[in-house]
Amino acid sequence: MSDATSALNGAAYHGYVEVQEAGLRGMITLRGDLASVDIKNVATGLGGVDFPAQGHCNWVEDRGIAWMSPDEVLVMVPHSEVPAALETARNVLSGQHHLAVDVSDARAVFVLRGAGLREVLAKLAPVDMSPEAFPAGHFRRTRLAQVPAAFWLGEDDSAQVICFRSVAQYVFDILSHAARPGGEVGLYR
Amino acid sequence: MLILTCPCCGVTGEETEFHAGGQAHLQRSGPGASDEAFEAYLFARENPRGVHFERWRHANGCGKWFHAARCTLTLEVFGTYSAQTTQPPQEVLDAIAKRRPGWTEGGK
Ligand SMILES: [Zn+2]
Repeated sequence: MSDATSALNGAAYHGYVEVQEAGLRGMITLRGDLASVDIKNVATGLGGVDFPAQGHCNWVEDRGIAWMSPDEVLVMVPHSEVPAALETARNVLSGQHHLAVDVSDARAVFVLRGAGLREVLAKLAPVDMSPEAFPAGHFRRTRLAQVPAAFWLGEDDSAQVICFRSVAQYVFDILSHAARPGGEVGLYR
Repeated sequence: MLILTCPCCGVTGEETEFHAGGQAHLQRSGPGASDEAFEAYLFARENPRGVHFERWRHANGCGKWFHAARCTLTLEVFGTYSAQTTQPPQEVLDAIAKRRPGWTEGGK
């Protein structure tokens, strides 16, 4: 059996912000009526965190839930647990209108670390990245330069960025370019 | 710059996060309609200098369609509202009336 490999196999760039591809991450798109108790239970049971409010992501270690739209959340689990997680979702939600699908290998995830990460994201996304406008825990789907992406900030000068796997190299390149030493702008200090 | 607030996910973003979908509240001319009526449904569009109702999609975002009422001249947005309606809601019409006294829907 072949080994699963993430899009860029953990590529890293050491700029004034660290850019690292996160490697394998299990990601399940769960769609349905988000007010449904069963949908919520499946998401929180697998994601291991509270169900997120609109526009938020709850995340602890390698599990979490991101609010994607009024009828969609992204449930994140360790990559090896995805088949069992899907089985659980299908069992609990059988007979209900829903979608639970493995998108782990259709996405790439990047972790940014460093005090300047807000401005690195602000160089690429049309989003107000000031701490007041975008506190830790907010989740934003938007674009990075020319491709769709989503991100959220942790409490610890870290951020996670999700994009389509097909544009992983592009996103790595633009993040790295934005984080190049000498490119500091000094925003949000 | 045009700034829209998506009524589906609550995000306020600038126009490159969205995709324009043309004039809102078109009524399809159904089977039995005259050729003229069907042609008008397919091709005839308002192009006002001022208040306009449009469809937009939050393409780089939640992906949902919604409606927006805005001024084509100033890019002022009077309101955004659900796609699941055939008419602008009263609060959007009120907001337009407040900002553009004398404006009437369909009036020139
Ligand atoms: Zn939206």
